[in-house]
Amino acid sequence: MRAENLPGPALPTWKWAGLAALLAALCALPFLLSNFSVFQLTLVMAYAIVLVGLNMLTGYNGQISLGHGAFYAIGAYAAAILMDRYGVAYWMTLPVAAAVCLAAGFLFGLPALRLEGPYLALATFGLAVALPQLLKHKSLEQWTGGVQGITILKPDPPFGLPINADQWLYFFALAVAIVMFALARNLLRGRIGRAMVAIRDNPIAAEAMGIDIALYKSLTFGVSAMFTGVGGALGAIAVQFVAPDSFNVFLSIAFLVGIVVGGLASLQGAIYGALFIQFVPNLADRVSRAAPWAIYGIMVILFMYLAPGGVAGIVHRISRTWKRRKT
Amino acid sequence: MRKGKILACAFLLSALAAAPGASAQKKYDTGASDTAIKIGQTMPYSGPASAYGTIGRVEAAYFNMVNEHGGINGRKLELISLDDGYSPPKTVEMTRRLVEQEQVLFDFQPLGTAPNSAIHKYMNAKKVPQLFVATGATKWGDPKNFPWTMGWQPSYQTEGKIYAKDILANHPNAKIAVLYQNDDYGKDLLKGLKDGLGAKASMIVKEASFEVTDPSIDSQILSLKDSGADVFVNIATPKFAALAIRKVYDSGWKPVHYLNNVSLSIGAVLTPAGLEKSVGLITVAYLKDATDPEWANDPAMNEYKAFLAKYYPQGNVADSSNVYGYSAAQTLVQVLKQCGDNLTRENIMKQAANLKHLQLPLARPGIEVNTGPDDFFPFEALQLARFDGQRWVAYGKVIE
Repeated sequence: MRAENLPGPALPTWKWAGLAALLAALCALPFLLSNFSVFQLTLVMAYAIVLVGLNMLTGYNGQISLGHGAFYAIGAYAAAILMDRYGVAYWMTLPVAAAVCLAAGFLFGLPALRLEGPYLALATFGLAVALPQLLKHKSLEQWTGGVQGITILKPDPPFGLPINADQWLYFFALAVAIVMFALARNLLRGRIGRAMVAIRDNPIAAEAMGIDIALYKSLTFGVSAMFTGVGGALGAIAVQFVAPDSFNVFLSIAFLVGIVVGGLASLQGAIYGALFIQFVPNLADRVSRAAPWAIYGIMVILFMYLAPGGVAGIVHRISRTWKRRKT
Repeated sequence: MRKGKILACAFLLSALAAAPGASAQKKYDTGASDTAIKIGQTMPYSGPASAYGTIGRVEAAYFNMVNEHGGINGRKLELISLDDGYSPPKTVEMTRRLVEQEQVLFDFQPLGTAPNSAIHKYMNAKKVPQLFVATGATKWGDPKNFPWTMGWQPSYQTEGKIYAKDILANHPNAKIAVLYQNDDYGKDLLKGLKDGLGAKASMIVKEASFEVTDPSIDSQILSLKDSGADVFVNIATPKFAALAIRKVYDSGWKPVHYLNNVSLSIGAVLTPAGLEKSVGLITVAYLKDATDPEWANDPAMNEYKAFLAKYYPQGNVADSSNVYGYSAAQTLVQVLKQCGDNLTRENIMKQAANLKHLQLPLARPGIEVNTGPDDFFPFEALQLARFDGQRWVAYGKVIE
């Protein structure tokens, strides 16, 4: 939770080289892994986009949300309804999901942001609890499909590319994730990002400097919801199905666990957190059939005791000692 | 000793002689071999529906027993049962893992309407059997559009229609009040009831719903009572069904009371509600209730109890989900026996759709499993029963 966690002014050349190598590796992965693993990684990217959004709110702006599962659901339903009822192309649904969630987040944020800390957490928690049942409501059933949910078709690769649908979806998700990460980075390293952090660290000083706290907080909430909505839409396209049961309260809590374990106020932390959300419950299930949630819980506790800065904190520490040794 | 050797030699020779012919007939798809049949499953071992997780456990225990007795045609049953927490995205992920990574031959009794909806198209696109899904929704019996999916239990809509028939026959001028659980199962049953009433659906004078998270349903019962209804249809899972039975009795309301099948357990529902308060309840049944004294000396029931004690001692005898899982596992064993050495996915669906007059040990007498190429509903027959204060007494004919 320190200012130096903000993304730096510009990337040095060696970092660009590292990023290029990483990108090359990511592009090679779908050809080396099974379709099932490729599908899992596609979900990881959807979660990573969500976590970037939630991290802006919680990590950078210091507001706690227990209700981001609701925005994830709104994004997912926006995509599913557009594809299923109106025959919209899958890639067109992402901007719509983003716009819908931006508006929903901003509007929800306006009154809720008078609330601080635990009070906001509870208000957002209420949203997460209420939404699955609202989706089942009779008046919405003609769009949401009620409890039966909506099944959507998996998009085929365009231009006759010689890859399968899972691989194509992976590349599509990768491209979206890169755009969203770049967007987040630019937003956070500019004036807006500094204002967000200032509000988190010292709201009174921030106000004295002329920052409109209410506006920035609502905006942050809206943008955070927008990222979450894009992730939700991407997740729905990958899973090919949405239903109210898909978006229970635990999803919101899993997101919060994800950003804390990944590393608060860190962009790369979102990736670690997404990997955690996707793979640790499976891992726990393999360790113990009888009590997978006990294993999961113990892992979360261990993380919080041993690595309070999350995975990103560990990586940061390692790279610092490595640099110090070099000089 | 000598004789034994000769016998062994003769056996070996005959086995060798038989081998080429036998292997020519053996046909396998992914997940089947000479020694094992790999079966996949998703179950809610955690999450809101975790009470149903016992179905997966009792099935695993049953397959263990089958394996101890030599398996089926010499092949061991390997059940890989994964937790999906009743969350559809997780079901998709776990099912893809089962099909693509674990390479199972088929998916057996994945549980829940929403989880099964999520994998419905996937399984049919992959042509992997989604066999005997553990949900009472009606859409699973659609062999034309989804030839790789089959249900097992009677659908909730069928059940609702049977109540409607009985009401129309015996109480044609009734005013009906309905309590239903506000989810897919409750709404499906209610739809069946309304469809069954048809033009007379206006006989329903009042509906009240509840959520599984509600602490009490007293206010719903009182408002239903105030509607002046004289027939009450109770569509609720065990805990709420028991609360409703007690509140109806205590409030002095004396309607003809229809109780839905999922809550017919004497041990889990009627005893907590009060047996004297349960006299006169009407339900439909297809499986025997382990807590019903009617079956106290039933050999099949004793066999089930002995099985549970030996292979699944932590399982609750009174839990109707265990009777359910036990019976579903037996249905599968029958299908696999019929498949013989032809263990292709196609043949599994073919044999599942070729069950004729199968009387399961724990199905009520006369209620048989029947399927056909156009009939993907294994259980269609149900029987009405009335509670006499001690046991469910069947009345009327078995209704198809």
